[in-house]
Amino acid sequence: MRLLAAMSGGVDSAVAAALAVDAGHDVTGVHLALSPDRQTLRSGARGCCSVEDAHDARRVADELGIPFYVWDLADRFREDVVDDFVAEYEAGRTPNPCLRCNEKIKFTAVLDRARALGFDAVVTGHHARLADGELRRSVDAGKDQSYVLGVLTPEQLAAAVFPLGGMTKDRVREIAAERGFAVATKADSHDICFIPDGDTRGFLAKKLGSRPGPLVDAATGATVGEHDGTYGFTVGQRRGLGISVGDQQPRYVLGIEPVTRTVTIGTADLAGVDEITTAGPTWTAGAPALPFRAQVQLRAHGRPVGCEVAAGADGGLVVRLDEVQRGVAAGQSAVLYEPDAERGDHVVGQAAIRTAARQRTPDRAATAAD
Amino acid sequence: MTYLDHAATTPVLPEVLAAMTEQLGRVGNASSLHASGRAARRAAEQARERLAEALGARPSEVLFTGGGTESDNLAVKGLFWARRQADPRRRRIVVSPAEHHAVLDSVEWLATHEGAEVTWLRVEPSGRVTPQALAEALGDGSDVAVASVMWANNEIGTVSDIAELAATAHDVGVPLHTDAVQAVGQVLVDFGASGVDALTMTGHKLGGPMGAGVLLLRREAECTPLLHGGGQERDVRSGTLDVAAIVGLGVATVSAVHGRVERAAELRRLRDRLVAGVVEQVPDVRLNGAPLDDVVRSGPGRLPGNAHLSFPGAEGDALLMLLDARGIECSTGSACSAGVARPSHVLTAVGADPDRARSSLRFSLGHTSTDADVDALLAVVAPVVERARRAGMGRR
Repeated sequence: MRLLAAMSGGVDSAVAAALAVDAGHDVTGVHLALSPDRQTLRSGARGCCSVEDAHDARRVADELGIPFYVWDLADRFREDVVDDFVAEYEAGRTPNPCLRCNEKIKFTAVLDRARALGFDAVVTGHHARLADGELRRSVDAGKDQSYVLGVLTPEQLAAAVFPLGGMTKDRVREIAAERGFAVATKADSHDICFIPDGDTRGFLAKKLGSRPGPLVDAATGATVGEHDGTYGFTVGQRRGLGISVGDQQPRYVLGIEPVTRTVTIGTADLAGVDEITTAGPTWTAGAPALPFRAQVQLRAHGRPVGCEVAAGADGGLVVRLDEVQRGVAAGQSAVLYEPDAERGDHVVGQAAIRTAARQRTPDRAATAAD
Repeated sequence: MTYLDHAATTPVLPEVLAAMTEQLGRVGNASSLHASGRAARRAAEQARERLAEALGARPSEVLFTGGGTESDNLAVKGLFWARRQADPRRRRIVVSPAEHHAVLDSVEWLATHEGAEVTWLRVEPSGRVTPQALAEALGDGSDVAVASVMWANNEIGTVSDIAELAATAHDVGVPLHTDAVQAVGQVLVDFGASGVDALTMTGHKLGGPMGAGVLLLRREAECTPLLHGGGQERDVRSGTLDVAAIVGLGVATVSAVHGRVERAAELRRLRDRLVAGVVEQVPDVRLNGAPLDDVVRSGPGRLPGNAHLSFPGAEGDALLMLLDARGIECSTGSACSAGVARPSHVLTAVGADPDRARSSLRFSLGHTSTDADVDALLAVVAPVVERARRAGMGRR
């Protein structure tokens, strides 16, 4: 096959490209330039958008003897990922920009261009298994990235190659070291690539400015403090609330109301939810018959819980959780899995969370910690 | 492999390889007083004399440097500093916006760090700078430190009338630097006859080694050094001479200049065939720069080996990638250090809109080019352009 390898400059995409070459494919590497003002050198270990990262990717491509280009997708990335990220926070939701990037950039903008240029598929260094059109968790549970790929459609998956899903991250680093890739020991990127200092609240404050509003205690309805903007909060958040309540019990963010800019907080016993409604779902392999039993994961690196999935309002879903969950934020994806210990949990599809609430009696379900 | 990127670099000439290999086997620092040093110095000075003769300069006007970028930096900064020191009112630099980045970024550095004021020259749609435009920009010249206009543009190949521009600058007492990196060996370059005060050239564009260049600097021109040290090269460019590279540069320059007339005619024949063949298959292709048969001062108004074409609706990046996959090597013009393609500053300077600038490719021919190279491009250009246009429609 003619494959386009998306090469971030990190160890995963380097090894993925190498394995694609080994498998006999005709591989061309591209580095996606996603930031309009590219720093020359990395600041810290984060991000994949510096000139140094492009250089790291180019070094690997040259060692593999494959063509290498830099594609400037900064405009698309700003529109589809960064602006969406800011707008979601502004609307009181908690977005997942990595999922959005996979959906809109890697497997839409890049894939469309690749196909038009005569490539059959895009190969990336994501840790997920993909065989016979079935997307499954990586064998490395700690590095599994199936959650941020759950949004892909059958058409997108048909043109995706993930060579790393069957191995651990340690093995990926070993392969890179065996091949003498300088990126073998390069630190993992984490957090959000367009916020290289990790200060999401500061980033949003710059974009949205100060938008003060009340912090309201759910139990009493009393205003217990002020905040500079709802975008500084995520449902389930405990730290950084900037208030102290007399009873010394920890408080959690329970809800965010963007119009009145009200952030509602409450004690742990009020933070749990057992029923979620979602926007319209996407399915990795055609729509299953509703209702069905599944496991659902409610955020990146979250623990999956058993659930029943049924039809909801406006083409969305209702997901009834077997266990009460805390920190379920609107905007995050509920990714649905069909458990399979042998071949890896199968990703069925996903839908963006609209609302989350406690619908059943507290004693029916055990409270799960975060 | 079909190599159509000679303006980026061109294969080393066999006689250069032989001369350099021989010199590399010898010990000797050209600044040493003993026999080995004398032998090294003799080789370097012979190269200097031959190179000077080929370019219409005196040997003492030849300063060896590390290449075109260093020569441009030395000329622009060195002349600016020396002229401003002689008269502090001289803070202005007059320069064309279509210059190579080695000139542009030097000028911008001087503006940021040394208080220079920049006057950008008006550029014709062909890419040429006219004497009228230069005269307007210079005014009475009393506040101008230096002017710089390239002999031939590296992207679109347009040749300016440098002798006329030098005379215009001298009318108001301003020295003119010219970047002739692309011109030497393709058009007649006579330093003395042109009247310019400083001229940049480099070896690897005409069959010599990389990392070896020259600044031709008139003997009376004051130029503040960038590099201080052993006082080599008239105390303007310190550093141990790279004798083997200098020998190679000398051989290459003499070969290129002596064979220029025949080679230019052959390059032009191939280039005209290339352009006509592309036009036949892609009728809406557009030629950037001066017409193919343009004339300046009874010589070519466009480098004979340069074809710079815009393919409406296709991205230069996609075209380059598709051609590369088919073994044809060319260029989109200038890439920034990030490797991210930006619309060419040269095409922007001549008034092209960003879409036209992004949709262009430069094909540049050189001493190893043949009819087979042109045939290879013409065999694939139509489907490549069609495919790139389809990929281009994915943009929004």
